[in-house]
Amino acid sequence: MNALKVLRDLFKTNVEFAIGAVLVGIVVVFALLSFVSPYPPLDVYLVAPDVPPGWPHVFGTTSRGQDVFWLLTYAIRNTLLFGIAVALMSRVVSLVVGLLSGYKGGWVDRVLMSINDTFIVIPLLPILVLFFFVMRDRMTSGWLAVTMALLGWAYDARLIRSVAMSLRHREFTRTSVFSGMTTREILQREHLPYVLPIVFSTTLNNMNWSIGLEVTLSVLGFTDINTPSIGGMMYWANQHTAMVAGIWWWIAFPVLAVMMVFIGLYLLAVSINEYIDPRSRLSRIGAGA
Amino acid sequence: MSGFALYALRRLGQFVLVVLVGIHIAYAITHATPIDPVEQSIAAVTQYGNTSPEAIALMRVSLRELYGVSGDPLQQYLAFWRRIASADFGPSLSAFPTPVSTLIARALPWTVGLLLTSTLLAWALGNLLGGYAGYHRDNRALKAMAAVAMGLHPVPYYIVAFVLLVVFGYLWPVLPISGGSAMITGVSSGWSHAASIVQHSILPAASLVLLGVGSWFLGMRSLVSNVITEDYVTYAELGGVARRRILHSYVMRNALVPQVTGLAMSLGTIFNGAIITEQVFGYPGVGSLLVSAVYAGDYGLVLGVTTISIIGVSAAVLLIDLAYPLLDPRVQHR
Amino acid sequence: MSPEPVLSVRGLRAYYRTRHFGVEREVRAVDGVDFDVERNQIYGLAGESSSGKTTLIKVIAAALKPPLQVVAGRIDFAFAPNLLSLDADALAKVRWKHLSYIVQGSMSTLNPVRRIRESFVDFAARHLALPRAAFERAVAEHLQRVQLDPAIVRAYPHELSGGMRQRVTIALATICRPEFIVADEPTTALDVVVQKEVLDMMRSIQRGIGSSVLLVTHDLGVHAHLADKLGIMYAGRLVEEGPTTAVFAQPRHPYTAHLIASLPRIGDAAQRQPLEGNPPNLAAPPPGCRFHPRCPLAMDVCKREVPPMTSLGSGHRVACFAVNPA
Repeated sequence: MNALKVLRDLFKTNVEFAIGAVLVGIVVVFALLSFVSPYPPLDVYLVAPDVPPGWPHVFGTTSRGQDVFWLLTYAIRNTLLFGIAVALMSRVVSLVVGLLSGYKGGWVDRVLMSINDTFIVIPLLPILVLFFFVMRDRMTSGWLAVTMALLGWAYDARLIRSVAMSLRHREFTRTSVFSGMTTREILQREHLPYVLPIVFSTTLNNMNWSIGLEVTLSVLGFTDINTPSIGGMMYWANQHTAMVAGIWWWIAFPVLAVMMVFIGLYLLAVSINEYIDPRSRLSRIGAGA
Repeated sequence: MSGFALYALRRLGQFVLVVLVGIHIAYAITHATPIDPVEQSIAAVTQYGNTSPEAIALMRVSLRELYGVSGDPLQQYLAFWRRIASADFGPSLSAFPTPVSTLIARALPWTVGLLLTSTLLAWALGNLLGGYAGYHRDNRALKAMAAVAMGLHPVPYYIVAFVLLVVFGYLWPVLPISGGSAMITGVSSGWSHAASIVQHSILPAASLVLLGVGSWFLGMRSLVSNVITEDYVTYAELGGVARRRILHSYVMRNALVPQVTGLAMSLGTIFNGAIITEQVFGYPGVGSLLVSAVYAGDYGLVLGVTTISIIGVSAAVLLIDLAYPLLDPRVQHR
Repeated sequence: MSPEPVLSVRGLRAYYRTRHFGVEREVRAVDGVDFDVERNQIYGLAGESSSGKTTLIKVIAAALKPPLQVVAGRIDFAFAPNLLSLDADALAKVRWKHLSYIVQGSMSTLNPVRRIRESFVDFAARHLALPRAAFERAVAEHLQRVQLDPAIVRAYPHELSGGMRQRVTIALATICRPEFIVADEPTTALDVVVQKEVLDMMRSIQRGIGSSVLLVTHDLGVHAHLADKLGIMYAGRLVEEGPTTAVFAQPRHPYTAHLIASLPRIGDAAQRQPLEGNPPNLAAPPPGCRFHPRCPLAMDVCKREVPPMTSLGSGHRVACFAVNPA
């Protein structure tokens, strides 16, 4: 299929894409391993605590008696799922706002962009902290994901809007209007395919953003700290003063994992962005002399 | 310059909108929850078990008023806004009876100082280096810098702060890793106190600057590599204008314009980063205040810091927006 | 005996060589061009979009940027022999004082964040070498010559109309009285009325300074109005060249004939026939004469050999086997 060939070409010729794909691949494999974990994720004090990395505990164990390796597989899985959930939910809002705003222009655009910029400016961390404060034990990853999706669509909506604006004046749009298509039909059937590439790259960036925010909140203990997540692991490590006690592996491996996720997603987003950028495309096919 | 007046009015309107929306969100969160916030707060505050029943009763009363759960919804709404307008968030529960506004006022200068210096430094430095990197594409040192920036850019503030903490706290302890300044007994002379403040702010500022520089560097570099393909740059080169002049007056000056917008847009994120950084280094700004307030169940303080954050960040964005026409003379004609 | 030409181009070949995501391409934009421009002469270069005329003037103005490379040939100016061998510093000395450039005065030719005055300072100050007050007076005088109010030096580019911006560009390009001016589609972005005024102004300034102009535009009407000598380019090569009146009156190359014939004439109601086919792909051009796939007079030899540029007398040259059998 065409897309597969494109991905293979990208992998071979673009260093950033290759590194990003490898990193993300490793992380995904890790997450999948969680399904074969011998230890249930929520239990504590299952194995000897504070054991340094070796065999059979490849990444060592925590002060709470958990195997770091297998705990990390759950943590990565939950963190990745969280990121994907937020990204998918916020895509809906970003797309609707971006396409509508870019296509309609005029006062619709101005109103939507005012609202949009509002959400860009408002510092989200205090709001999320307030949210946690009020919800306390009722705060689950699900609620957090929904809240973040409802707050974090603004930046990407602007990007989608700029693509939509350039589509507005194209020939095929005018033809669609003259043929009597409604706005919704035009946006859905004609514009959506053009917008998809940028939606894809913004999805990756959005995942980085949401995972970053979630890790930040977890590390502070402001989320459901009993479901394993990367930030949660660091929170518990801090609670048990792991650094001071010398249990470095409890912190180091989650940090390593999360950095792989971030750098991997970022490199993928950057290389895909460069690939779909019209200028680099033109020089690839030899036009634009 | 009526063009500017119109523009300023629009920006002011946006500022008002942001503050209104933000505070309404805060209101919605605190009032639309299924749990009784008063009992939650009291439970959190009294969890250590040494508060007298009279104190609890007192807290309950003031909390009920603070939360606005007394009176019908309209009264609650109006009472909420009255409090915000007068910047009166009631007494702090964790530092009873110090008013919340006093605590915030004490912490705010630290945050503002830290943020102002590190943001401006990161922005200026990042743009300068990024500009050179975008113009002199073959320079190896700058290319290496780009690679480092790309590796650093997606890492969240927490990790960077934490790594710095580990490095300077355990591996190479030459800088203080917590507090705002050393406890100086006796009369503290202006200079030594100031020096101590600076010393304590090096690490938090460093972690903010490290990340900031990376993202401004990358952004400016890509902007500059676009700008050098613009007609006016090509024309200046055809005109034999000195390379240096082209770089500064034609390329960077134009690439700076969207970077100013970018600065305004990322203030929210930078502020988030500051909160975390303060927490990691125990820096006495509003960030650490917020976190400890949550731990202590201090509702008034949390609401107060949230509100001040929203207003503060929006005000900073407004200031930047108002300065924008200085950089881009075209804005009045849009 | 004619004086030494101000510009002399010999055997110029300039290609775009790209390599991106593993795909290599060589586009032969200029593939063997020879011509001269005399002193005090307006030389017009005409041709459609992919004729190579834009690339040609980029090379002549020494505005080479990768992936554009000069593969062969030589460019000699009277004031700068072997232009392509000059390094950046030597080029900087030549620029603007001897060789200037008029571009389409679109929104983005002048620095949008600086006033007009700064552009004049950047481009001309070091050449005119006058103290500040004298410089400003010189600029004001020159602006009046292009019929602009000298007060516009305080304006920003976006505050001026298209016609005003074009006049500023012309003023900029001529204030140092250069010997050679390259004009790239100078009036294409303007409406017809303004176009005529600007063209007339260009001619009067050129005659006043005595400089030579290489005028590049696809608009034959502009050439008819302004050019002393006309060169027709097709697919990277010059196919015909001669005094403008001669070329218009008696086009010898089939392509030129078609171009001239397709110009609208008031009162002429005849149908215009379009040329069959498309301009060739310059990455894989046809062998021999590049026009042969579309030429009504094509013969066997045209498909094999490149027709040489042959003189027809009184400065008129043509590259066509139908006119000059091999």
